[in-house]
This record gives sequence, C-alpha cells and structure tokens, in this order.
Amino acid sequence: MRPLDPRLLRHARATRTYLALSVVLGLALAALVVAQATLLADGITAVYLHGADVARIAPTLAWLAAVVVLRAGVAWAQEVSAARSAAAVKRQLRSRLLTHVAALGPGAAGTGTGEVATLATRGLDALDAYFARYLPHLVLAALVPVVVLARIAPADLVAAGTIAVTLPLIPVFMALVGMHTETANRRQFRLLARLSHHFLDVVAGLPTLRIFGRAKRQAGIIARISAEQRATTMRTLRVAFLSSLVLELLATLSVALVAVGIGLRLVDGSLGLATALLVLILAPEAYLPLRQVGANYHASAEGLAAATSVFEILEQPLPPRGTAPPPAGTMRFENVVVRHEGRSDASLPSFTAEIHPGEVVALTGPSGCGKSTALAVLLGFAAPGTGSVTVGGHDLTTVDPDEWRRGVAWLPQRPWLSTGTIADNIRLGAPGATAESLRRAAAQAGALEFIDALPEGMSTRLGDDGAGLSAGQRQRIALARVFLRDAPLVLLDEPTANLDAETEAGILAAIRTHAAGRTVIMAAHRPALIAVADRSIPVGRTAVAA
Amino acid sequence: MTTVDRAGRAETPTGRAPRNGARVSRRHRSGHATGAAGRQESGGHAGLITGVLRLCRPAAGQLGLALLAGVGAAGAGVGLMATSAWLISRAAQHPPVLHLMVAIVAVRAFGIGRGVLRYVERIAGHDAALRVLGGLRVRTYRRLERLAPAGLTAFRRGDLVARLVDDVESVLDVIARVLLPIAVAAVTGAATVLLIGNLLPVAGAALAASLLAVAVGVPLVQAAAVRRADARLAPLRGALAAGTVDLLQGLPDLIAHGAVGRALTALDRTDRQLLTAARRSGAAAGVSAAVTASCTGLSVLAGLAAGAVAVRAGALPGELLAVVVLTPLAVFETVGTIPAAAQRLAAARSALGRLAEIAVAADPAPDPAAPVPLPDGPPTVRLEGVSAGWTPGQVVLRDVSLTLRPGRRVALVGPSGAGKSTVAALLLRWLDPLTGRVTLNDVDIRDLRGDDVRRTVGYLGDDVYLFDTTIEENLRVGRPAATAAELETALAAARLLDWVRTLPAGLGTPVGEHGVTLSGGQRRRLALARVLLADFPVLILDEPTEHLDDGTAAELTRDLLAASGARAVLLITHRTDGLDDVDEVVTLLPARQDGSRASTAKHG
Repeated sequence: MRPLDPRLLRHARATRTYLALSVVLGLALAALVVAQATLLADGITAVYLHGADVARIAPTLAWLAAVVVLRAGVAWAQEVSAARSAAAVKRQLRSRLLTHVAALGPGAAGTGTGEVATLATRGLDALDAYFARYLPHLVLAALVPVVVLARIAPADLVAAGTIAVTLPLIPVFMALVGMHTETANRRQFRLLARLSHHFLDVVAGLPTLRIFGRAKRQAGIIARISAEQRATTMRTLRVAFLSSLVLELLATLSVALVAVGIGLRLVDGSLGLATALLVLILAPEAYLPLRQVGANYHASAEGLAAATSVFEILEQPLPPRGTAPPPAGTMRFENVVVRHEGRSDASLPSFTAEIHPGEVVALTGPSGCGKSTALAVLLGFAAPGTGSVTVGGHDLTTVDPDEWRRGVAWLPQRPWLSTGTIADNIRLGAPGATAESLRRAAAQAGALEFIDALPEGMSTRLGDDGAGLSAGQRQRIALARVFLRDAPLVLLDEPTANLDAETEAGILAAIRTHAAGRTVIMAAHRPALIAVADRSIPVGRTAVAA
Repeated sequence: MTTVDRAGRAETPTGRAPRNGARVSRRHRSGHATGAAGRQESGGHAGLITGVLRLCRPAAGQLGLALLAGVGAAGAGVGLMATSAWLISRAAQHPPVLHLMVAIVAVRAFGIGRGVLRYVERIAGHDAALRVLGGLRVRTYRRLERLAPAGLTAFRRGDLVARLVDDVESVLDVIARVLLPIAVAAVTGAATVLLIGNLLPVAGAALAASLLAVAVGVPLVQAAAVRRADARLAPLRGALAAGTVDLLQGLPDLIAHGAVGRALTALDRTDRQLLTAARRSGAAAGVSAAVTASCTGLSVLAGLAAGAVAVRAGALPGELLAVVVLTPLAVFETVGTIPAAAQRLAAARSALGRLAEIAVAADPAPDPAAPVPLPDGPPTVRLEGVSAGWTPGQVVLRDVSLTLRPGRRVALVGPSGAGKSTVAALLLRWLDPLTGRVTLNDVDIRDLRGDDVRRTVGYLGDDVYLFDTTIEENLRVGRPAATAAELETALAAARLLDWVRTLPAGLGTPVGEHGVTLSGGQRRRLALARVLLADFPVLILDEPTEHLDDGTAAELTRDLLAASGARAVLLITHRTDGLDDVDEVVTLLPARQDGSRASTAKHG
C-alpha cells in the first residue's frame, strides 16, 4: 500500500489543501526544533562550563520562551487543520460513494446494504486517524530529518553520518513489513464488514430466531466469530507491530550509539560540550516523526483500506444510460428475457405483449413467473438480456431513465417507508403537493381514517421501515404515495395484498377511478383485482413452482 | 400504571428489580442517543470506567503484563535521555573512560529495552482488549435477544447496527488507547518527578506542575469544551448511519420516485452539521495540543532557570544540570498522550452510555424467577379477557378471549389494525397482557419461560424473515438436526420441492440479503417449510397465503389445515373467503381508545 493513495487527492480535493498546509507547518516546526536545541545546548554549557548566572543566560531564556510559544501555535494549527480536513474529506468521499451507489441502481453495487453502510460511516471514520496522526507525521518525516541533519552536519560529521546511515534503514524495513501487512489489513477490514453484516442479519431476524428457539445459540456464533476476529487481528498486529519494533529499535539504538559516540569523543577532547548537547537533543528529533509514522501505521492502514474499498465502488462503471426524451405511445415487449446472476432459470422467460395507452392490464401467472420483473424492466431496474421493450417505437434503453421515471408511479410488492413522517412518505414522489391533495390521496387509498386516528395524524413519525404500522396500513400509505404521484403510467405490484376484503373493494374502486386517462399495469393474482383490469396478460410459459 | 409495574419487574444486569421502574421505562421510550448522552453527563467517567474494568476481569493477566511492559518501555525512554545527558556532561570533564562504562552499558540497554518492551505492551494490550470486546459483544447480543421484538420498538434498526458495531467496538479503544496509556503515563510520570525532585526539588516541583497541567488540567478543560460538540456528534453520527441504511434499503423506491437527489441532499445536510461539530472538537484538540507543547517547553525552561541558580549556589553538581533540563523532554513524550486518551474516553462515553441504556431497557415479557415446567399433554391455549398494547399508554386489544384446542382450527378475522398480530404476540409471549391472562393447559404463561412457550407455539408471520445464507441453512433454523428426508418432506408440503430440485445448487443455493433472490411467494413458501419442519403443537399462521396467486393460495390453505392434524391452529387473515375448512371463526374489531368493548363474534 502506498502511504498516500493518489486517488485520495483526486476524489477528495480537501486532501490537497491539507497537504500544502502540513508542509508549511512542518517546516516551521523543524526550524523551531533546531532553534530550541541550539538555545538549550548553549544555555546548559554557559551555566555548567562557564559558570554563568541566571542574568547572563536571560536572553537565552527569553528566546526559549518565544520558541515555546511558537511551537504551541504550530501544534494548535496542526490539530485544527487535521480535524477540519478529515471531516471535509469524509464528507466528499461519502457523498461520492452514495451518489455512485445510487447511480449504479438497486442491487448493482455488489455489496450488501450493511457493508456499504458500514463503509460509508464507520469505515470512513478510520480516516480520522489517518489525517490527524499519520499524514502530518509523514510530512514531518520527510522534512525534519533533512533540517536536523543540515544543522548537525557542520557541527559533528560523525554523528550526522550515523544518523544519515540509520535513518533510511527505517523506511526500508517499514516497506518490507508493510507489504506483508497490507493483505492482512484488507482481510481484517473485510472480516469487520462481514461481522457487521452478520450482526444486522441476526438482529433483524431476532424475532424469527426466537420463534425457533435459536436466538440463544447465535450468542455462541457471535462469540466464535469474535474469537476468529481476535485471532486474525492478533496475527495482523503481531506483524504490524513488528514493523514498529524494528523502527523503535533502530531509532533508540541509533540515539544510544550517537550518545555513547559523542560521550567518548568528548573524553578525548575532540568535541565541545555545546555541540555534544546539541546532537544529543536533536538526534531523537530526527527519528521522532518516523517513529510516529510507524506507531500510527496500523490505524492509518485501516483508514486507507476503507478508502480503497470506496474507490473500488467508485470505479465500477455506470450502466449505459439513454438520453432520448421519454416517448409516448404503445408499449411493446418483444421476446423479452431477463436473467439474474446466480439463477439458472430466467427471472422473466420470453415475454411478448403489447399495451396501449389508457389501458388497464393485469399481468397474471403463478408466483415467481416474472410479473415483478416485467415491471422492473419498465422501471429501468432490469435490462432485457435478449428481446426489446419499445414505447411508441423507441427502444426504452435509449431513453433517459430519470426523465422516463418522472412519468411513472410504482407500488412495489413490499413498499419501503422512510423514517420521516407519514406526510413525507406520501409526498415521496410529489414533494410539492399541497396538504389538501395529500389528504385526498390518503382518502383515496383508504388510509385517511387510520392516519387521522393517530394522535399526531399526518405528522406521525414512522419507525424503521414503517415499524408500528400493520402490513395493510403500510400498503395503504404506499398506495396514497402512488395516487399523489399523479403519473401517466402506473405500475402496481399486488396493490391489494395485505388488505381485508372491505378495504380491498374500496381500493379497487379507487384504482379504477385513478386509471382514467392513465395506463395502469398491475401484477395480480386475485380474481377481484384481475376483474378490475380491461384485460389480462399471462406471464411465463410454464408454472415455475406448482 | 400496569405498564409501569411491568417495567418495574424487568430484570437488571444485577438481577434486582429496579425500584425506579417508571423512570426506566420512560427513558427507554425516548430512546435516542441525544437523550442518553445528555442524561449520562451526571453519571461521570467513574461509573463507566468501573463498568469497563468489570468487563476486563477475564483478561486481567494480559492487562497486567501490558502495564508492566508499558512502564518498562516508557521508563527506558526516560532513562535513555537522563543517562545520556549525564554521560555527556561527565565526559566533558575528561574522566578516565572506565568511569563511564556503567552509563555506556545502561544507555545501550535502554536503547534496546524500549523497542522490545513496547512491542510486548502492544501485543498484550490489544489481545486483552479484543478478548473484552468479544465478551461485550455477546453480552449486548444476549440483552437484545431478551428485548426483541416488543422491547425494541423504540430503537431504530439502522441505529441498532451502529450501536452494536460502533458502541461495542469503542471498548477496544477504551482499553488499548485510553486506560493502558493513562496508567503507563501516570506511573512513569510519578517516577520521573521523584527522580528530578531528588536532584533539584524546585525543578521536580515545576515538572510535577507541568505534568499535572497536561495530564489532568488539559483533559478537564478539553472535556468541558468537547462535551457539547460530542453530544452533538454522536446523534449526528447515528442519524447519518440511520439515513445511510434508509437510503440504501429504500433505493428502488427512491429511484422510482425521483427522490434519490432529495435523500442525498438530506444526508449531506446531516454531514455538513457533522463537519461543523467536528470543527468544534478539532478546535478543542488544538487547544490541548498547544497547552501540552507549552507545558513541555515551560518545564524545560524552568529546569534551566532553576538549575542555573542551583549550580551557581552549589546546590546542584554541574554535570547533573543537563539531566534536570533534558529529562522532561523524554517524559512528556509519554505523558503528552494523556489528553488524546482522555478525549477518546469522552468520545466513547456516549457509546458506553447507550450500551448501558440497552442493558437497562425493560424486558417486555420477563421470565419468571421460578419458572413452572411446561405442562404435559396436548396443549390448549387460552386468551382470557386480555387487553394489551405495545408501548405504554397504548391499548390495541381490549378484553379479548379465545381458545385454541388440539386438532381445532380457528380463524381470526378482522380489518387491518384490529390487533390480530397483537394476539399472535401475546400467544408467543413477546408481550405480556395489561389485564387478563394467557394460559397454556390452564397455567398462566407468565409463569413459564418464554422459550418453553415458544417451543409449543409456532408462528409464521405476515412478514417472513430469511437469513443471508443458503436455502438449507434457512430451513435448518427450524430444526438444526433435520435429516435430508425431513427437509424434503417439509419443502414438499410447502410446494417448493420441485422448484428447489431445478436449482443447480439445490439446497445450497444462497437466498441473498433478506432473501432478495427469491420471489415473494417463494420466500413465503420457504418460511412455511421452515415452520412445518419445526413441528410446533400450536401453530399461528398470520396471513400465510399473502403474495401467492389465488389457486395456490386456496390449495395451500386447504393443505395446511389438513396437515395440521392434532395441532391447534390459529389462522389469522383479513380474507373472509376460503374459510370453509376451519372449525371456528373469531372476528376482531378495533379497540377504541375510549375504552368501549370490542366485540368478538363467533360462529360455526
């Protein structure tokens, strides 16, 4: 892994500003370190060897105080710029990631909801450490040794030589160990994501697990996965910390060697005390940034691994998009076959149909025959593997999908409700709708009665995915959403599922009224629903599951 | 008030019933991080740290080793600087080299010791922290397991994942990057102060003051500054996580309704607030870094000034001046990490607080202290004049009675929202009734263990859940030890066997997240096969044929009722057609909040 991924500069521009600022601050810090060492060495020598009193070294003390104040200022600036940049970079990456996942479309990102969610939040948070503690030290590691050596070399070539020889060994060893830890780190991050996905799955399915008396056993599985995680993490760490062991050893041992060397040269009189002290103070400073880089390498690697996962998703090419304006006219399915990865039988086996504007048609057939897939094709969520869908003679794949969907209202088989208010949910497809039309749509969908019975009515906030509502109530809110959307093409996937007979009759009448002047395509298997349609089109040649 | 009493009977981690049940339950309802973080303020660090220390007990040996090695490593760093300073000062007097040998050996030993000991510290510390993490994860899961589903209505799912992964993992940081470094720094700092104080009391005092300012003063000031920003950060992070999960799960609906842009903008707005909040805590970190830098410099400055006076006065041998002045540089390298560690603790605090909140959330149906064994014989289950609701103050069911006898098939019909699913929750003992009782062979099920009740009463919900694994693993949730023949029989009964046989991977086919690769009907059938495999004596079928085409649905209902044999079956449905095969139909009308009785009419 490179210490600085160039893609980070490309995808998150805030990184560039931060790097420039870090260089300026790093240079200032290096100069201040050298100044402080010189002042301390001179002060100690003056008192110890030349018997100076406090008054004599007062100017030195004053300069030292000034250096202390300036170093405090630099320290402040480093922290503040790191925190700001990290937050800005995370926001840029997060926004790009989610925008791209949305553009890729449902189910295309190749990763589960839990994994992308972890990546977008917790995963990216690992970049905090990268920006606050890794990147600035990386800059310092490049600047400080050069400045320090430039100061030591004229005073004591031998010590400068020792440092100059041992310093480059550190990056070499780090690179060697780093190469080994890279794969281990990626494995570690994947494990974490899998653990999170497993948690989401198990917690979401807790009621099911409890019904079957299996929930308690999961605790053991979680314990086992945690133990696995510990074993893998420790394997990574034993090697990752090895790099910092080598680094610490080289750094401290070099300082020790320099100290002993200058001590011996002091004894034989070939070196002055002021120079010796200067070298003693500066030698550890030359190694310090590199040691910090090593100490924070593990934390930063986690951040970079997360960033790399983001880049992998960002680099997935977007599916081709049509650009033509949405056409009108007869919709024609010609031998449309849709296949999904990992399934042997086609989700939609060879479907041919013609639907005219203003018609109300029911797609019929046993469950699993491809009714929902046919609707997905019309929504642009699934592309025909073979065959084509044309509208007024124009191939649907050449049409701008966003523009096309502007004229489509859709009720999925399992409608999703956001965590906002009921009103927000009904307004999903028509954000500008008035309160009046909102109530009208709710009334049409038979939802107004139970909504008004709630203490906060339309302003009631829903729990996660409509928690707190019955399946029928969820369905009616989703139907109200469709009615309010007011689109010329209406796709309904089992609109009366989860409804009792009485409500169903009301809804069917409402659908019929709403259908005036619109094209309505319904996936249906209830006779009452099919009866509402002008005609029905069977989907699938053979029953898939009898 | 009944609800409050129920909350009051909830178990606490210590096994005692909390006397402040009402407070606990109200807090549970308000649920979210903001409230929790705000209320935890008065609790202080102490409670949370003792909580973490209690979790640490199984890893005490590893932690002790880490502490010893850490102090050794930090001590070697200080010793290296002090000994080298003395060595050089002494060498300036041109003594015989032999007089310097001990110092030379010590300098080299310190040089090697620091690296090695630091390695040992980090390995032992992380190992201990990961052990504690695993333990906490399981504890939190066990707690959730008690609460789901009725006790979790106040917690959102996106939030829950953030809780489990983030909050639980914060304990890793608390041990490896907070408790250990602070302990190491405290011991090393105290030892260095003693050393310098012994040489020159004034310099020792100055060093002690600077170290205290960094180790205690900075964290205190910083905590005050950061508290506000962090209290804002945690809920924003929660909102961001929940919003992200929301966006990803609702992606098809959002895209279809052209609402993706709005959802992204809303998320970015939260992110921008997060940016502002992060700036605040960044400014606080900046101030603490500046104070730490000043204190290091000031202690060196004080050492030089005091040393100059002492050397002139003959109170300090000249060759020790460099030791007094330069040793603080080394010790601040260790102690200087305390503010950052304290800040991490402050950040982890709301996370630990939220875990505590889950730990005290009221169990909606607590197991009795002395559970009665499951009564023998074919089970008869009764609701006797039961009223119930999911959240305090809410009544969904009022005075409902119902009997399920072996071999009898009862249909429960009624409009949506009449509380049909609440009846199921009562029978499964997710929920305890507010008034009235539920009995199993005349034993109040509150006297039975919930798991025993659910071994008798099975449920197929109106919203089936499939795990992101294979068809076979999903089936085996119903009965892990099932034979291949039993799996096939169950699949056949759910009319799914022929389809499974056409799959190239057969039973090994993965179903995807929430079973997305299956159609709605296939999902339902698979869940049906699972519940048949589990073979419950009492079976609740909650809209079992929804999403199936009419022909199959009618056939399936008939098959199901026929296959029920000696079982007691409660068929919950809103459809009044196709009920010819049941023995009894019970109609449920919505409970009215004014307290009037809902009627249950029986025929057949």
